Amino acid sequence: MQGSIDLSIWQLTAAYIFILLLILIVRLKGIPREKEILISSLRMTIQLVLVGYILAYVFEHSHPFYALVITAIMLIFSIYNIFNRTKSPLSPEIKKIIALSMTLGILVSLIYFVLVVLQVSPWYEPRYVIPIAGMIIGNSMTGISLGVKTLVEGMTTHKQLVEAALILGATPKMASKQIVNNAFDAAMLPTINSMVGMGIVFLPGMMTGQILGGASPVVAIEYQIAVMLGIVGSVSLTVLLFVQLGYKTFFNSRCQIKS
Amino acid sequence: MAHMFTLRGLKYKEILDIVELDIHEHRITCIVGESGSGKTTLLRLLNHLISCDEGEIWFQNTPLSKWDPVELRRKVMMLSQMPAIFEGTVRDNLLIGFKFCEKPPVEDGQLLDVLKIVRLPKDLSQDSNSLSGGEKQRLAMARVLLLGPQVFLLDEPSSALDEETTQFVMEQLVHHVKRLNKTMIMVTHSRAVVQAFAEHVVEIKKGKIVTREG
Repeated sequence: MQGSIDLSIWQLTAAYIFILLLILIVRLKGIPREKEILISSLRMTIQLVLVGYILAYVFEHSHPFYALVITAIMLIFSIYNIFNRTKSPLSPEIKKIIALSMTLGILVSLIYFVLVVLQVSPWYEPRYVIPIAGMIIGNSMTGISLGVKTLVEGMTTHKQLVEAALILGATPKMASKQIVNNAFDAAMLPTINSMVGMGIVFLPGMMTGQILGGASPVVAIEYQIAVMLGIVGSVSLTVLLFVQLGYKTFFNSRCQIKS
Repeated sequence: MAHMFTLRGLKYKEILDIVELDIHEHRITCIVGESGSGKTTLLRLLNHLISCDEGEIWFQNTPLSKWDPVELRRKVMMLSQMPAIFEGTVRDNLLIGFKFCEKPPVEDGQLLDVLKIVRLPKDLSQDSNSLSGGEKQRLAMARVLLLGPQVFLLDEPSSALDEETTQFVMEQLVHHVKRLNKTMIMVTHSRAVVQAFAEHVVEIKKGKIVTREG
């Protein structure tokens, strides 16, 4: 089997030229987004270069401490990212629920996936644990971000309907049911769409990476299916925890909508 | 006559300051006063949608704070001045309260009967979004009537109705409430409604009770 192509600095420069051309077109069209594209491309490069060196070190010096610390850093970063991505103001209570849902949902999914599905041995093997944790955390972060946005906006925009339901004798849970369901749907949609198009519309990132790295496509799809199921499970669990606990933060103990 | 609500030393922000008020059961109480005098806030306090800063409200001799808020709202039901209408048909809107109150739904015949009381001769399968403002107000009124709470809290129930419809609907409503031995507390600007139906009138001015009749 052919091995992977090791990209030279000139080849990577060619990839950057492609982005610079795109930024030029965006600027010429008067769309004020060139700064965002440039900053995010630079940020991605710095982050990946750093993580590349860190992973190279960690893979060579396999230890539970590294696996746990790196997973914890990714998790904390993702939680802060959710706080920053949401444009609507978030209450301290809902921030706690986001952190709790992400931590619990991701830990349960990751432990199940590493120990039961992949049966990684030793359990902390960073070569497996870190990339899988990254995929699970990244997708859960995207899901919860959309769930947070839909829930917060729904509770604000449809406040009158929620109150109308309370007036008609509904519990806060009944009164927010439609908004909670909408938030769950919005959070799950990217993962579901991604599964539906997978293999037909596009080849998933992890599978593409493995194939480019020289692995057999059959082995790559086995991992991809397992990882995708892990991602769906984790996104569902984190979002479910978030919406089921999150709506409660909009009510006080007297079942009144907080002002 | 027993008190349905007892209010003592009630203060809510800078809006309401009620030293003492008793509302009797099985009576039609009208709350009158200028716009912004605190009438709607009083109804919202009685419905426990908001809580007072000072003082206490008793419902059936038990402080509101001791009531389960959901159980209380199933006994004391409010009709807002601009009631929210849920997505769906007229039938969906009439039955939604049964779902919220965890009661078994009623047959179509009963739904049509209550629509007659509020003079809303509509098909049950009609989309509720196609109704006018006044029709939506009557649909919301029918929704509350169907649930039969012990106390009806009505906030300007005829604000979107013409004079003739107001007269008809209010007569039907009062007749219905009296027949079932319920209590009605109604905020209104209409002198005609007060003269025709009120058994107890409370006038509020700048958050304070200025007159009580009946």
